[in-house]
Amino acid sequence: MSGYPAPDVIWYSPEERLPPPGGRHRGVGGHLRALVHAAGFLGLLLAGVVLLALTAGPVVVGGILLLHLFVHMHGQLPWPQDRADVLGVLASLACYGAVLPAALLAVRRLALRTSRLSARWCGVTIHQAYVPRPAGRHPDSSWLGYRKRLNWLLGDPATWRALAWLAVNAVAGLMLLLVPLLSVGAGIVAFIIPGINAFPGFAEGAVPRPAFPGNTSPVLLLIGVGMVAAGTMLAPLTLRGYAGLARWVLAPSAQAELQLRVAHLARTRSETLDTGAAELRRIERDLHDGAQARLVAMGLTLDAAGRLIDADPAAARALLYEARDASAKALTELRDLVRGIHPPVLADRGLADAVRALALDSPLPVQVTGTLPGRPPAPVESAAYFAVSELLANVAKHARAETAAVDLRHELGALRIMVRDDGCGGADPGRGSGLRGIERRLAAFDGVLVVSSPPGGPTEAVLEVPCALS
Amino acid sequence: MRVVIAEDLFLLREGLIRLLEAYGFEVAAATDNGADFLAAVRKGGCDVAVVDVRLPPTFTDEGLRAALTARAEFPGLPVLVVSQYVEQLYARELLADGAGAVGYLLKDRVLDGAQFTDAVTRVARGGTAMDPEVIARLLARNAAPEGPVGRLSPREREVLELMAEGRSNAAIAARLVVTERAVAKHTASIFTKLGLQPSDDDNRRVLAVLAHLGR
Ligand SMILES: Nc1ncnc2c1ncn2[C@@H]1O[C@H](COP(=O)(O)OP(=O)(O)O)[C@@H](O)[C@H]1O
Ligand SMILES: [Mg+2]
Repeated sequence: MSGYPAPDVIWYSPEERLPPPGGRHRGVGGHLRALVHAAGFLGLLLAGVVLLALTAGPVVVGGILLLHLFVHMHGQLPWPQDRADVLGVLASLACYGAVLPAALLAVRRLALRTSRLSARWCGVTIHQAYVPRPAGRHPDSSWLGYRKRLNWLLGDPATWRALAWLAVNAVAGLMLLLVPLLSVGAGIVAFIIPGINAFPGFAEGAVPRPAFPGNTSPVLLLIGVGMVAAGTMLAPLTLRGYAGLARWVLAPSAQAELQLRVAHLARTRSETLDTGAAELRRIERDLHDGAQARLVAMGLTLDAAGRLIDADPAAARALLYEARDASAKALTELRDLVRGIHPPVLADRGLADAVRALALDSPLPVQVTGTLPGRPPAPVESAAYFAVSELLANVAKHARAETAAVDLRHELGALRIMVRDDGCGGADPGRGSGLRGIERRLAAFDGVLVVSSPPGGPTEAVLEVPCALS
Repeated sequence: MRVVIAEDLFLLREGLIRLLEAYGFEVAAATDNGADFLAAVRKGGCDVAVVDVRLPPTFTDEGLRAALTARAEFPGLPVLVVSQYVEQLYARELLADGAGAVGYLLKDRVLDGAQFTDAVTRVARGGTAMDPEVIARLLARNAAPEGPVGRLSPREREVLELMAEGRSNAAIAARLVVTERAVAKHTASIFTKLGLQPSDDDNRRVLAVLAHLGR
């Protein structure tokens, strides 16, 4: 059961963990790398085209059959002959429906891959905003689950941008990539190799001499080398152009980005208010059933002791001890309550030491590394503390780990905490309420939680909250 | 025995004074902040200090830091730190100098006057007084069934808990209603299982056990 809805936009901006843009394809090595990268993009492009063909297959077949049917009907032919066509149309529709979500997902993945690579290879960052995937399968019906998935995919502008990219890429992108690749490829295959072959005594006749004007080895070689050089020179430029094109198509428009942002803020704000109210109710209930009740009982006990003190001093003494024990219990309960609201060690020492204190309280050895040169804003600090607390509790509860490690730092304008264990893996936010609760709590600060936990382990959870230290 | 107190809450401070005086201590100074506390300690003639962790003006761990400063200036100065809550982190910091004569208790323990003043005396004599809650959490960390602590018998575990709190063999025997000989036997067995050198000195023994558990 997932207790809370997932955050409504996932922000992904690939530049965050990469070197600053520019200066990537300098020097001869850089130019050659640009060629390789262009080939890489071409590979992605071809994958996209294949994908398109596969997806379009059922549509084309269905269309042809439909046309067939249409022509027949106007030719007034008897019905039974068309039955096969009708079935064919239906079958292709069904087939199309079945592969549609998977195909759309794949298209989105290709687009994401392209934007990541253009950040890594060309220094062009393309921000992404995704509407997150709705949770798993629908409990009641797979049809509803399918509808939910499809609605999500079709409702996310990112899907349409990815589709547009597929089309633009297949035409304009292809042309850009082919400029350097073809120039170099053709230079080598059509000129240099035959040019070398044309030298007397050099495997004469192994490759047929092409009929170019000025068909002598030096001229051929010169043309070939010129083409290779030109292609190599142009490669970084066309690559940047290609990445720019990708950004133009793939990056969300400013307005779309703002819309998503407003929706996100509205959602997290109302969730924060809800959580705040729920938290207050819990505190009220805890006080009401716990410390308050004990104090009432204590008052009664003391009163009874007062009445007994002359008649039966021994009994009065027993009652007094009872009252003392009740006050100790009330203190313990209040202490636990305070710990859950705002842990004193966090107030005293700040996040790094509070995390160390958590590590010391964990049943398995937890190594804490990293420091913070200042203190994050109090609400961020508290959210991060409870996140680490939950993550370490998960390690103790679920991971069957030998050791765990926590690393905290502040870099690139964000607080970044990693909790890792060497346990069995398989952490899944969909299966409990803890991880979702962290996501929700961090979302109020534009923070994110990323959990990587393959079956068999290890589990690594990284939380990142943009904030300044003071 | 002369005590210096640092506690900012008036009621609690007065309560502490009354309690300590009732048990025959002399309260040399009762202060309500870290600076005054340090000044009182520097005046000398203090056998043991009782310090609250949270003090003005910062209301964070001002008292703990004052206590650590005092101990840095007067090595081995007996200090009993009391607090509304206990943290292993702070216990470690107090024990870090390995000199003993430290205590770290929940304020709740004041409710049992005899036990509390016993702890004050113990610390003043160079011993240790760790809150059962600190010890419980320390042991929970060492509870792996294959680990040395996991191999202790239930009775040995009880003895270990009381020993780690800083109690003498006699006190442990009284608490568990057994003879001192029996306690000594358990202690020897615990030390063997934990791989520690046995020691006749109660104070050294506690510090060794705490250091071992707190690794
Ligand atoms: N560190 C971890 N190692 C292995 N499994 C984990 C880990 N953390 C969480 N899990 C799994 O993921 C599920 C979801 O975790 P969580 O959202 O914290 O819920 P809860 O802890 O309330 O069960 C857990 O039920 C558990 O099966
Ligand atoms: Mg959990």
